[in-house]
Parts: sequence; structure tokens; C-alpha cells
Amino acid sequence: MTADLHEPMVEAKNGSFKWSRWGRFLAIFVVAMIALSAIQEVAGTTQLTSSGTWGAALRLTVPILLAGLGGLYSERAGVVNIGLEGMMIAGTWFGAWAGWQYGPWWGVVLGVVGGAGFGLIHAIATVTFGVDQIVSGVAINLLAAGAMRFLSVVTYTIGTGGGATQSPRIQDFIQTFDVPLLSPFLQSIEDKSWFFFSDIAGILGGFTTTVSWLTVIGLLAVPVSSWLLWRTAWGLRLRSVGENPWAAESLGVPVLRMKYWGVLISGGLAGLGGAYLVLVQAGIYREGQTGGRGFIGLGALIFGNWIPAGVLAGAGLFGYADALRLRQATAVHALLLLIAVGLVAFALWKVYKKSYGSAGSMAVFAILFFLWWLTTDEVPTEVVTATPYIATLLVLSLASQRLRMPAADGIPYRKGESH
Amino acid sequence: MKVGNLFLSLLAPISAIIFSLAVGALVLLIVGIDPIDAFGQMVTFSADSTSLASSINKAVPLYVSAVAVAIGFQMNMFNIGVEGQYLIAAMFAGWVGTNVVLWGPLHITAIILTAVVVGAIWAGIAGALKVTRGVNEVISTIMLNFIAFSVIAYLLANRFAVESTSLNLSTGKLPESGLLPDLNFLITMFGFAEPRGIAIPGFLVIAVLLGIGYYVLVWRTRFGFDLRISGMNPGSARMSGVNPKKMIFYTMLISGGVAGLVGLSTLVGKLGAYTQDFPRGIGFAGIAVALLGRNHPIGMALGALLFGVMDRAALVLKLEGIPEEIVVIIQGVIVLAVVVAYEIFGRIIARREVRAAADALENLDTGAGVTA
Amino acid sequence: MTENDRAVELVDITKTFPGVIANDNVNLSVGLAEIHAIVGENGAGKSTLMNMLYGMIVPDSGEIRVRGEVEHFRSPKDAIDHGIGMVHQHFMLADNFTVLENIVLGFEPRSGLTIDFKEAREKIIDLGSRYGMTIDPNTLVEHLSVGQRQRVEILKVLFRGASILILDEPTAVLVPQEVDELFANLKVLRDNGVTLIFISHKLDEVLSVADSITVMRGGKTVANVLPSDVDAGQLAELMVGSELPVPETTDSTVTDTVALRVEGITHRSPDGRTLLDDVSLSIHNGEIVGIAGVEGNGQSELIDALMGVIRPDAGSVELDGTDISQDSTMKRHELGLGIIPEDRHRQGLLLNAPLWENVMLGHQSQPPFVKGPFIDMKGAKSATEAVVDRFDVKTPNINVPALALSGGNQQKLIVGKEMMANPNVLIAAHPTRGIDVGAQAAIWDELRDARRAGLAVLLISADLDELIGLSDTLLVIFDGKIVASLNPAEVTPEILGSYMTGVGQEVAS
Repeated sequence: MTADLHEPMVEAKNGSFKWSRWGRFLAIFVVAMIALSAIQEVAGTTQLTSSGTWGAALRLTVPILLAGLGGLYSERAGVVNIGLEGMMIAGTWFGAWAGWQYGPWWGVVLGVVGGAGFGLIHAIATVTFGVDQIVSGVAINLLAAGAMRFLSVVTYTIGTGGGATQSPRIQDFIQTFDVPLLSPFLQSIEDKSWFFFSDIAGILGGFTTTVSWLTVIGLLAVPVSSWLLWRTAWGLRLRSVGENPWAAESLGVPVLRMKYWGVLISGGLAGLGGAYLVLVQAGIYREGQTGGRGFIGLGALIFGNWIPAGVLAGAGLFGYADALRLRQATAVHALLLLIAVGLVAFALWKVYKKSYGSAGSMAVFAILFFLWWLTTDEVPTEVVTATPYIATLLVLSLASQRLRMPAADGIPYRKGESH
Repeated sequence: MKVGNLFLSLLAPISAIIFSLAVGALVLLIVGIDPIDAFGQMVTFSADSTSLASSINKAVPLYVSAVAVAIGFQMNMFNIGVEGQYLIAAMFAGWVGTNVVLWGPLHITAIILTAVVVGAIWAGIAGALKVTRGVNEVISTIMLNFIAFSVIAYLLANRFAVESTSLNLSTGKLPESGLLPDLNFLITMFGFAEPRGIAIPGFLVIAVLLGIGYYVLVWRTRFGFDLRISGMNPGSARMSGVNPKKMIFYTMLISGGVAGLVGLSTLVGKLGAYTQDFPRGIGFAGIAVALLGRNHPIGMALGALLFGVMDRAALVLKLEGIPEEIVVIIQGVIVLAVVVAYEIFGRIIARREVRAAADALENLDTGAGVTA
Repeated sequence: MTENDRAVELVDITKTFPGVIANDNVNLSVGLAEIHAIVGENGAGKSTLMNMLYGMIVPDSGEIRVRGEVEHFRSPKDAIDHGIGMVHQHFMLADNFTVLENIVLGFEPRSGLTIDFKEAREKIIDLGSRYGMTIDPNTLVEHLSVGQRQRVEILKVLFRGASILILDEPTAVLVPQEVDELFANLKVLRDNGVTLIFISHKLDEVLSVADSITVMRGGKTVANVLPSDVDAGQLAELMVGSELPVPETTDSTVTDTVALRVEGITHRSPDGRTLLDDVSLSIHNGEIVGIAGVEGNGQSELIDALMGVIRPDAGSVELDGTDISQDSTMKRHELGLGIIPEDRHRQGLLLNAPLWENVMLGHQSQPPFVKGPFIDMKGAKSATEAVVDRFDVKTPNINVPALALSGGNQQKLIVGKEMMANPNVLIAAHPTRGIDVGAQAAIWDELRDARRAGLAVLLISADLDELIGLSDTLLVIFDGKIVASLNPAEVTPEILGSYMTGVGQEVAS
């Protein structure tokens, strides 16, 4: 439903779904899965498709996704938000504090509020006072880190088991569930180690076993955002403010208010991502816990071309790479082969499209990745850590003409002053 | 009228600082700490030669960082990657310094040059991406920061470290010829006590020269003119014959080269090696100082000194059981407040200028009205 | 006049901006279902007045009455709620939105929680066919032509059910044929009971379409007349207090020496569209060659290619017999290629910088502005004094920022600094756009004098009278191609218009 958001009209006009498109999608999926299974055999690992890896990938994806969606609301309203990291930090601290004091769901609520609080500062600075959006973002990152440490010193130091850099352990996690019937069934298939089928079962198993309710909420944010932004009047107005605020103003759209909405929701979602880190992943607040995920979210936003489904794809990719690193360092090595094969497939596609130049460069990269795989046994973990950042740079430099960021993104707007 | 405008421009940072202190005081009050007492402690603590030396020690890298950022600002570019540039530059400089043995002054020169070149290269990647692929430098330098952290972690752990204690990885200690002498005589010659455990860094001289060089380059040379007009109005600059791509690339190179120097005061001063816990965050703080000092060499020097003094004075709070992070909060608020203040005062100044010009014209020939 | 037949009345409206009284006790009365024109030269305060009626600016004092009721508009929303709509001179459209999204924005039909796209589409198509403005609601606006965009703007207003429509200089971006089409649309609207307020400074147009005319000058309303009672000359006199300056050159001063020769310039955009298609032309010393064309047909790219701002894919440029195709923009400045850029704010000035730095622009590689790698502030300032004196730039001193100058004086500064550098060839793009008639006349004089002195000028303009009046040769550019070479002495705006829209028959010789 989300892939066609660029032209929602077209889809609505045709009325019915195109089965050919879905058929093609299915075919690509099957071929990719077979390739994945084969690569696993060659590389001698099962981690690429194990339910453990995919479950972890899911948990690692959600915070990045939430940060990315946070960036989406803000930038769709024309405000660049590099303060996502700071807002996320606020989410971790408030999530932990409220989780420790009142239970995990209060942690979720306060995490959102904490993030939105810094969103409010960003909005006041950039929207009301017209401060450079990057400057304000940098300041918020500095401010949030300092303020949360300050709060830790004030609240956690006296006999709580916490300290200046961490909270006490939170007793309750957010509840998890297994999908009845499906989860054990997939588990049994995965255990059979059948080529292809066990791999699919592993992946699906990861999505259906010990799933946190907060994960469900995080994933639901994707279709909800698509619907809100592209189907409702509120969404149209929010986006109009990011495309041409002067046009919006001339039609009576309350530009400043829409921008405030965008930035506040942005902070709230980033805060939710922070709370997720504490309440689903770690069970404790630690300084530096976000580890740049706010910026990775920004990367996912760019990778996803400012569209919710795209943000999910970007976050998923980064989450998956991270999961592999945590699960089994050697499995990351197999990823090199996967990338090489993927590049070959892409090169063939380019040849089919008669775009020989890019096909050639793809082929060269494929060979390089293949050689890397062949000549080493392990990929340094630092490379994996840097993957989201490198991927973002690559997307920006290689596919920039396909990227379409909101036209007035980052441009200061003052009421009554058209450009 | 000129004097009035100068006064107004000074009013902006001062009111921002006062506002930020007020916010800090309010925060302290909320958690039940007497702000007057806390600030009083900070002031008393700052007023001795050790504190002065320590403040300058903190101010010098901040100043260099601010200059690096300001060069980018002059042409509307945001080098948010000073952080990664100085860290990676300092690590390479430390490594070169311990592995290349040269005669005295040449040795230190080699270390400095390494830092400049590495910083310039790392920033140059962002410059090249912007020029060839149109990648926004804010995003690319953010990403390059994190990539730099990864590269540093990898190289330090696997290639450059010599003292591999479990707690702290470090490059080798620089030999004497790779260090700059301290400048404590600047204090002692006026009869003050020798600072204890810290010294006024020799790198101060280089920082001062850098400030002068920055001023001359930006405001007195044609290159600086081209740089500034590219920032003010890229379209006009281009039509006037400035090649914007070249300017972007050069600016990033220069900014990165200066950024490479940020860590050197520490590297060739008190620390003498690149370690895992090498001071971080100076790149971001430099943005704050550049904003506070309005990209002006003297303004930034004052700003860096203020931040240095605050950092130093924060130490006393810890002794008193007051969270020292209040200083970070105040600094963060300063960044926002100062930009807002400049925005407001700048608008007032611009309006005054336009009105003054209109009035002067009115007097010039009272016949013709001014059209909108 | 009775209260009932007045759609809009503005009474004693005053609005001041820093240093300027934009509207000074302005009065305006517009009848129901009439086309009411407001004329006045640039800076007369027309747009300010209309922005107040539309709620974008709040007046300092005075009264706004709509259909007899006193209203206080705080935002466009208020105006829209009272059935007022505005079509802005610079289109207010989001390029990355569809026509439908642009039209419904802020006035979305709902079904449940979502926008009712179906109803919106039907309504737009219905409106379009009723008023002869058909357009596909699903197209992205970025794919539309200028005329189509204007239609979207009008549909936007009608969609809201507006019965009072303000059009700010709607014809400025249109060629004569499109203007006719627009006027036909406007008349249909009027006959359907819509009140139209129409801002213009083109007197012929006003006389042909308006039912009633209000004239503004210097922020005041100076007259309210009927088109049947005045002719263009009288209207002009009301508008500027004297006769309008006429762009006319006397006998030819064209020499045999070719100053600028352009040969086969072709240029494509990164996505492969042809922007310039085999453009060739030559200008002799003492000659003004005019280029007519609808904006966006390659004029900007031609200027950029001549200045070396872009490197065309093919073709060459020769200045005084030397090939400069490979030279940088700076080098071309040094060789005596002068430029009056098409958009002075974006390409010609540094608004926040002092005048003397502005005068340096384009000459920063040469004395008296620099000594070696260093700036020669003294030299630059005395050169600036000279420009200000010689070209009568009205300014208190040369240290004020350029934004303190009026549009006309900014333009005089630009023209002055280029002329002082003694160019061999001058590219003058829209040299008198958006400035008062005094400055306009002064700049025309400069161009005429320079031509007599042997300067070769490439004149690019949207003002057809200016082109016809000043040029020795007139070229028409369409879709990146020179499609006609005409004799300005024989051509009329209508003929020119047909070439500009690609309808014309003759092919460049």
C-alpha cells in the first residue's frame, strides 16, 4: 500500500491492484531467497536466515525506524532535524526513569514526552525565532546529553543502584508474545535445516517469536504515517509546508502551527525510539546508549527517500547488518558474498536496460566484494558499525537524482515574507 | 550611528550569556541548589594562575575548532565534521610523530603538517562529494564523523597502539622534539605563581597566528572576497566569475586543514600521545564558539576563553557536590540564545540602516519620494 | 454609489514599511461583477494594497469593506472565508504536488477522516470545463507550462467558491496569445458574476479588458476613470505624472566589425533535455541585438553559456575575433564582456554588502580593486564614488548595504559599474525590469549612448516595446532555438508573439 505513495491518485483511479506487479515481486523474492540459501551453504553459516538473527534485526530496526520516521515528519514540514539524536537520548532517560518509577508503559509515555520536549525547543528556536536548523540541532544534541547527565546525577546517585552514567535496572519489560501456532510451526521447520524452506521459516520465525508489543507499535507507525501524511487533509497541509510554505500560507494553511506539529511529532517518535532501546532492548539506561542511532535514522530517512516505507527499508537494512554483527561476526563475512551476488544481479539488470556504464562499475564492485570475501576470514566489526554511514553516503552520491527531498526542507520561513 | 550598531552587536552575545546563566540558575534552583553560591564558587575558583592556565588549555583547541567552523560559515557551508577531522588527524599525527624521527623543529613541523593534511583530506571527501555529486555537506560530514570514529577504533586497536593496556589504547609517547615548550613564563613574568600540574600550551602561539591569518585571508585578500561573496550570494558570485565548485572544495580543504590542528595543542602539549580517551566533543563545541564570536577572530577568542573558563570552573562544582553538567546545559543554551539574539539585533540593525539611508536620501533631495 | 453594488471598498488605507510609505490614504471602490484594473508603475503600492485586501498584510489604518460589511482580515484564511481569492504574480504552487493537491490544499473535501479525492477531482474537472480551463488533476505541477500553472492558480481560487478574484500582474509571464486566452476566461468569469481586480502596468491591456480603472502613483490613488473616457497617453500621464519614456533609437550606428560571434551553441540538461539548440548569432560594434522569447526558452542558458557559467556541449563564442569558449567567467570579464544579469537580487548584487563591494563584483581580479592577491580598499572605494556620481545613483554614501537602495538605483549601480569598466560587448538581460520610469529612462539613455559609442549589446527582455524600440536586429528564441530574425522597424508585438509561442512560420536566416 505504501509503495505507490508518490502518486496515490493513479492507484485509486485504476481501482484494482495489478497482479502482474505482485507476481513479479513474488518471483524476485523467491529468487532472492534461493540465492540467500545457496550463499549460506557456500559460506557455511546459518545465521543469515536464522530466526535469532531476524528477531534481533527486528529489535534493532525499530529504534532506527522510529528515529527515521521522526525525521520524516519534521522534514516533510520543512524543518531539518539533526537533533534527533538528542531527542532520542531524552527518550532513553525519561523512558528509564518513568519505567523504573511507574512501570514500562509509563516509560513509553514519558519517553515520548521527553523527546517531544526537546522537539518543542527545536520548534521554538527554528520555527518561531528562525534559528538555523542545523545550529539548533547541534545545540539540542549538546544540550540533551548534558541535561540527561545532569538529571542522572540528581536522581540516580543516592542509593538507587544507578549513577551518573546509568539508571537502576528496570524490573519489568514490555510484554512480548509468540504468534500462536505459527511460531512453533515455523520453529519446527527451521530446525529441519531444509534448504530454502528452513530459511524462509527462520526469517518468518524471527518476526513471530517473542515479539514485543512495542515492536508492533513501532511497525504500525509506518502505515499509519503513510495514511496520515498522504490521505488526510492534515497530512496534505503538513507536506505543503515542506514543499512551498508561501503557497500554503496564501491558502490560509497555518504554516507555523503545521511546522510545530511536524517537529513535535518528530521529537516524540525519536523519544519513543529511545524508550524502546531502554524498555525492550537493554532494561536499563546507560549514557551513550543511543550510539548515533538518531543519525542512523537520518540516514534511513535519506535512504528511504522521505517516504515511510522507504524509511522502513533503510532501517531494516541497517538493523539487519547490526544484528548479524552481534549474533556472529563470521556471518557478516558471508554478507560480502551476498553483496557481490546482489551487485552482479543489478549489473545484469543494467545490461538488460542497456545502461552499460553503470553495469560495468557494478561489475567491478561485485568483483571487489568477491575478492574481499575470498581473501579474508572476517570483517572487522568497525566496518559493520560504519555501514549505515557509508551506505548513506553511497546512496547520496550515487542515487541523488532519484532522491526527492521536500523542496523547502531546511529553508527558513517567516510569515508574510515570500521568497 | 556606527557606534550605536557596534553597541547593538555587542549587546547580542552579552544578553545571550546572561539569559543562559539565568536558565542555569533556574535549573539549579529547581533541584534545590543555591545558584548564587554555585556561581560564586566558580568565580573564586577560576581566579588563580592554575585555573588560568587550565582555561587557556581548554580555550586553545576550542578556538582552533571555531576558526575551522567559521571558515565554512563564511561561505555558508556547515562543516559539522570538525569532530571527526581533528580526531583522525590527531591520531595520524601522533602515529607519525612516534614513528618518524627528525631533527627538532622539523619533527614538530612534520607532526603539524600530518595533522593538517589528514584533516584536509577527511574534509576534502565531503568537499569532493558536494562538488561532484551535490551531496549536502551537513549530512556527509555527520556521516564522515562516525566513519572516522570507526576508522580510529580499528586503526588504534589493530595498527597504531603500542601500549595495549586493557584500559586505554594509545599511540607511542612523542619524543621531546615532538612537543612544544610551555609558555608559563607569560604568567610568571608578571609575578604570579607557576601553575600546578598544567601549563599554558606552546600551541597558543600557533592559535594566535592562525587567528591573524584567518582575518587577513578572509577580509583582506581577493580569495577571501570570493569566499565571502560565494557565501552571501552564490548566484552573484558565480556571475562575477567565481567558480563555486572550486571555492567549495578549497573551503572544505582549508576548514579541514585547520580542524586537523584542533587536537594538536593536546597532542604536542600535556598528553604527548593519541589515546583512546583523547578529548572529544571539541568539534561540536567549536560550532558554539564560532556562533558566539560571530566568526570574528577576536570575538571567537573571547568566546573560546569564556567556554574554557566555564569548563575549568565546573571542576569546583563537583567538589561541592553540585552536578558539573550544569555548565554543559548553560553552554547549550548559549548556542541557541546567541543565535536568536543575533537574529533579533541583526534585524534591528538592518532596519536602522535602511531607514538611515532613506532619511539621508530624503535630506539629499526632498523632491523625490522613495518608492517601495 | 449604493452600498449594495460594491464588491470591495478600501477606505483611507495606510501602510508604512521601514523608510517607505507604501500606501498613503488609498481609496478604492470595486463594483460587483466588474473587471476593475489597478494601474501604476513599479513601486506605486499596488501589490501592497492587494496583499492587504487578501489578509497577507495588515494595514496600519483604514477600513476594508467587502460587500458593504467592514472586515478585519488577519490572514488569507479570513479573506478566503469572505470569498476573496488571489492569483499571485509569482505562482504559489508546490511543484512536487499534483494539480489536485495544489487546488484542494486548505479547503479539502472530506469523507470521514480522509480527503475525498473523488469529489475533488470531479469538482475540478467540472470547474475547468465550465470556464474553459481544462487540466488533468493528476499531473504533477512541475510538468506544467507557465500558462497552465496560471490556470491552476485560478482554479484554486474558484474551487474555494471565491466571487472576488485578485490577479497580480497576470500577464507579465504570458505571450500575447496567452493573454488573449486569459482575457477571454476573465470575461466568462465576469459574466458569471465574479468580481475581478486586475493589477497591471500595461496600459493597452488594461484599456481592452477593464470595466473600470483606478490609477496609483507613489502610494496614493490619483484617479478613478472609465476606459471609454481615456486613452493610453492620458492614462500614462496619470500614472507617472508625465509622458512615459519611449524606448527608441535614432538612425543606425551599426558598424562592420563583429564584436561577438556565437556559433552553433548546443546544450543539454543533465536529464537530456535540449536547452539550447544550435544557437548562432553575431553582434557588430554599435549594434543592439534583441532576443525575444517566453521566459524559460533558453535565454538564461544562453547568458550562462556566453558568460562561461556553463560549458555548452557544443559551439563556440568569439569576442573581438578571439575564441573565448574555453575561458573562465573571470577571464571573460577581463576581456571586456560586461553583464547586466537577469535577476539583480540573485545574480547581480550582494544585498547585505556595502556598495563598494558590490561594485567590485565581476571586476575583483583587476585594478583598481585589487593589488596582487590583496584587496585595494581605497581604489575600490574611489571607483565606487565615480560610479555613483557619474550614473546618478541616489545613496547617502558608498558604505550602505545595497538593500538600502531602491530597485531603480540598484539597477543603475549595476549598469554603472559595467559601463565604467568599458566593455566591448554588453549582455543586458531585462535591464529595466521592475524599476521606476525615471531609472528606466536613464538606463535606456545609457544604452543608446553606449551604442553610439560603438558598444555591441545583446538585449534580452520580456518587455516587447523595449525590444522593438531599442534593437537593430530582433531574434526570437523558442525552445532553445533561434526561430526568427526580424526587422524591429516592421514587426508588431502580435507577430512577435506568434513566433514566441512557436506558431510563426519564418525560419531564421
